[in-house]
Amino acid sequence: MINIEIDGQQVSVPKGGTVMDGAKELGIYIPHFCYHKKLSIAANCRMCLVQVEKAPKPLPACATPVMEGMKVFTRSDQAITAQKGVMEFLLINHPLDCPICDQGGECQLQDLAVGYGAGQSRYTEAKRVVVNKNFGPLISTDMTRCIHCTRCVRFGQEIAGIMELGMAGRGEHAEILSFVGNSVDSELSGNMIDLCPVGALVSKPFRYSARTWELSRRKSISPHCGLGSNLVVQVKHNRVMRVLPRENEAINECWLSDKDRFSYEGLNSEDRLTKPMIKRDSQWQECDWQDALEFAVHGIKTVKEKYGAGKIGALTSPHSTIEELYLLQKLIRALGSENIDHRLRQSDFRLDSQLQGIPWLGTSIAAISELKSVLIVGSTLRKDHPLIAQRIRQAVKRGLQLNIVNPIGDDLLTDVTNEVIVAPNALVTTMAEILKAVTVIKNLQVADELKEVISAVKVTDIAHKIATSLLQENPAAIYLGNMAQHHPDYTDILVLVQHIAEAAEAQFGMLGEAANSLGAYLAGAVPGQVESAGLNAAQMLGNDLKRTSAPCQGYILMNMEPEYDSHNSQQALKVLKDAEFVISMSSYKGTASTYADVILPIAPFTETSGTYINTEGRVQSFNGVVSPLGETRPAWKVLRVLGNLLEFNGFDYEASEQVRAEIIPEEKDINGRLNNKLKSFVISVTDQSNTNLQRIGEVPIYQSDPIVRRAESLQVTSDAATPRAWMCSALLDKLNISAGDKVKVKQDQGEARLYAACDDRLPPDCVRVVSAHSDTIALGAMFGEILVEKL
Amino acid sequence: MLSPESLKKIDHEIAKYPIDKKQSAVMSALAIAQDEKGWLANETMNFVAKYLGMPPIAVYEVATFYNMYNLEPLGEYKITVCTNLPCALSGGNDVANYVKKKLSIGFNQTTADGKFTLKEGECMGACGDAPVLLVNNKRMCSFMTNDMIDQLLEELSK
Repeated sequence: MINIEIDGQQVSVPKGGTVMDGAKELGIYIPHFCYHKKLSIAANCRMCLVQVEKAPKPLPACATPVMEGMKVFTRSDQAITAQKGVMEFLLINHPLDCPICDQGGECQLQDLAVGYGAGQSRYTEAKRVVVNKNFGPLISTDMTRCIHCTRCVRFGQEIAGIMELGMAGRGEHAEILSFVGNSVDSELSGNMIDLCPVGALVSKPFRYSARTWELSRRKSISPHCGLGSNLVVQVKHNRVMRVLPRENEAINECWLSDKDRFSYEGLNSEDRLTKPMIKRDSQWQECDWQDALEFAVHGIKTVKEKYGAGKIGALTSPHSTIEELYLLQKLIRALGSENIDHRLRQSDFRLDSQLQGIPWLGTSIAAISELKSVLIVGSTLRKDHPLIAQRIRQAVKRGLQLNIVNPIGDDLLTDVTNEVIVAPNALVTTMAEILKAVTVIKNLQVADELKEVISAVKVTDIAHKIATSLLQENPAAIYLGNMAQHHPDYTDILVLVQHIAEAAEAQFGMLGEAANSLGAYLAGAVPGQVESAGLNAAQMLGNDLKRTSAPCQGYILMNMEPEYDSHNSQQALKVLKDAEFVISMSSYKGTASTYADVILPIAPFTETSGTYINTEGRVQSFNGVVSPLGETRPAWKVLRVLGNLLEFNGFDYEASEQVRAEIIPEEKDINGRLNNKLKSFVISVTDQSNTNLQRIGEVPIYQSDPIVRRAESLQVTSDAATPRAWMCSALLDKLNISAGDKVKVKQDQGEARLYAACDDRLPPDCVRVVSAHSDTIALGAMFGEILVEKL
Repeated sequence: MLSPESLKKIDHEIAKYPIDKKQSAVMSALAIAQDEKGWLANETMNFVAKYLGMPPIAVYEVATFYNMYNLEPLGEYKITVCTNLPCALSGGNDVANYVKKKLSIGFNQTTADGKFTLKEGECMGACGDAPVLLVNNKRMCSFMTNDMIDQLLEELSK
């Protein structure tokens, strides 16, 4: 530690620290623009000039390393004169357009100009004008306002991992731009808007819609990925105008993914439901809540009398709050059914009877930053968990070895130590190879139930390298991504991962797909296992073809759009259309009228109080930030009234907090219930002689849940581009197709017409066709056999 | 995109730096590419970026920073006249004006026959030789007088 003195106060700063670090420690504010705690030091705005004893001229606090006995003056005449001089130069070319600038009111330049700017400018010459750039649908530019701090450039290089913006030209002609007018496509691009200290980069969807001081700021939690990013939701006239990050170093740091930031547009979508609707004599009509609820209750009672309670099922999105999930399962169990599930995209449920606890991340999110070796299995990491990918990117810079086993070879924008790209049906074998490598290196005995699998595989070179990385670098962890969790051999993969982790003394877990993937287990939104086994999502939606019994006749759907949210969209729609009575509780109209009988408008996360439990088991409650739209009601209230109308006991809640208290009583620690381990499970040797084409059907980043699917600006980003049938060039040649050709893609009875595209990072004989997209919903399961024909 | 000879030259430059610091060769690579192509089109910069494993925008930053990189097609001979202070005091502006008159073009313009492009340059580090001008980035002409300019233009016109 080095002792210095700033403005007469003593402070100790670690060796290599800067004057700025010391000042922050003391709570002394030094004006700055280019300095940002998460970015590298550029020292190009010069606003943080301070006086240092024995230095001949003012020094930039952000770039001056501390030295023993250094005396710094931040408010001395020399410092203030220097800062005022810098401000005068910054303002020379800065337009005086604060009244029409979106940054006005939250602008660092505006704020500091009040303190350091002169009342009048001495500059009478022409100001420079810089043409605006088109950076895509999310970022709006006013480049004349730019003060060249290069925060946006450094963010791209260091945090997003891809340098999309740069500073071209020199001196007077310097300007921020992208290469040949490319758009900024990073899934973290919105953070550049926050970082910009002036109004050069502002939010395009928010532009000119409100002044910042008119907005009220309310805390909330992101309803999308399992991370549970902390949000500030800004509201005007009972409408969500904008979403910003709320700093939480343990979760989202000071960042937000574009999905979390811009999806609010979906809350104000035209497609929002505002009134309950019922289908009477095949005619849809709007009605009041009383009629709708009575209609729903009557329908459910009829199904129960006609077919029995076992023919009633509930399917819910894991983006619902735990209160909603809990009441839904309470309702369905009170009806006498055990059929409830939230794992709509999962296809392999063999692990249900083997679970020892609630599957979770296995470590804290913050712990990812400390890892020395990590193995990620089956994940479109950058798209599904943009900020976890960001954490890993930073950890790689500090020496983390990143190992990947994946069916796709997408660029993670960081250094990958070892990578295995294999077809989906070879994932199990690859994991078995790694397990074998671990046991060989450590000279361990293989568990009996795995002997057959292990003896059937050889240790490949790459498996040996991954095993070595996990064994030698500590701490290590293995994470299963969304694709692994949706995989038809999920259980086998998990068992192998468990054994690898145990042998390598590593942590293992799942990257939570949705905001409440963990909370839904805790709330009991999973089929009963103990007394009478309930139907899981796949069975209820008729995906599990091995099962003989027919799926349900009565369905309660919550926040779910079957064509987008299920593993096999084709099958799910068919089952629901065939069912006798379907209640759809949803915030959106969607296509519910084609399969439902009652549609109940429920509130999205901004209009209800609730709780999400993120993938690391962190319980985060939030309040509604606006009042419900139209006659929309929070789902927990709807379920409470349904319970009352059905005359069940225990549905007399007055606040969502009471529901929460029933799920997680204050004194009870939920961490004890988190456990990824399975009881003994014999895994089967998969048959790889199958040479048919296989589908790789991940969920695209902006199709994952009903809100984001309706976020207009996100839907025109490059990440939301029209789906294509991606194949490696060898396969294209084999099928006599060229990239760009229109092809017919067939699966089960459904087909889709798409353009073929070439990606040589894909494994052979695999076709990557995304699921959950309107162009591909006619197809079947996310993984499985697929046919491609040239048109 | 670039000829094998140019690539060989670029590889020679890359070899001067550590293996993981290939992008250190960006300035030489751009100069070599420009020697072959005459100017740096976006595609050329993109190619150099790929070749050196760096983001295209980072290459663009370098190419726009330095005057000697031509970002648009030019005449056969680029004449760059220094007009910075020491040259200007020794007649740099007169030299520039004479060339302008002689070729009937202004700065940043190309003669109708596509032979000459005139550029205003900045200090070339030869103030003692002022006024100076540079032909195609490589040939420095010192102590320029009107006669010498006549001679030079005649020589180049052949």
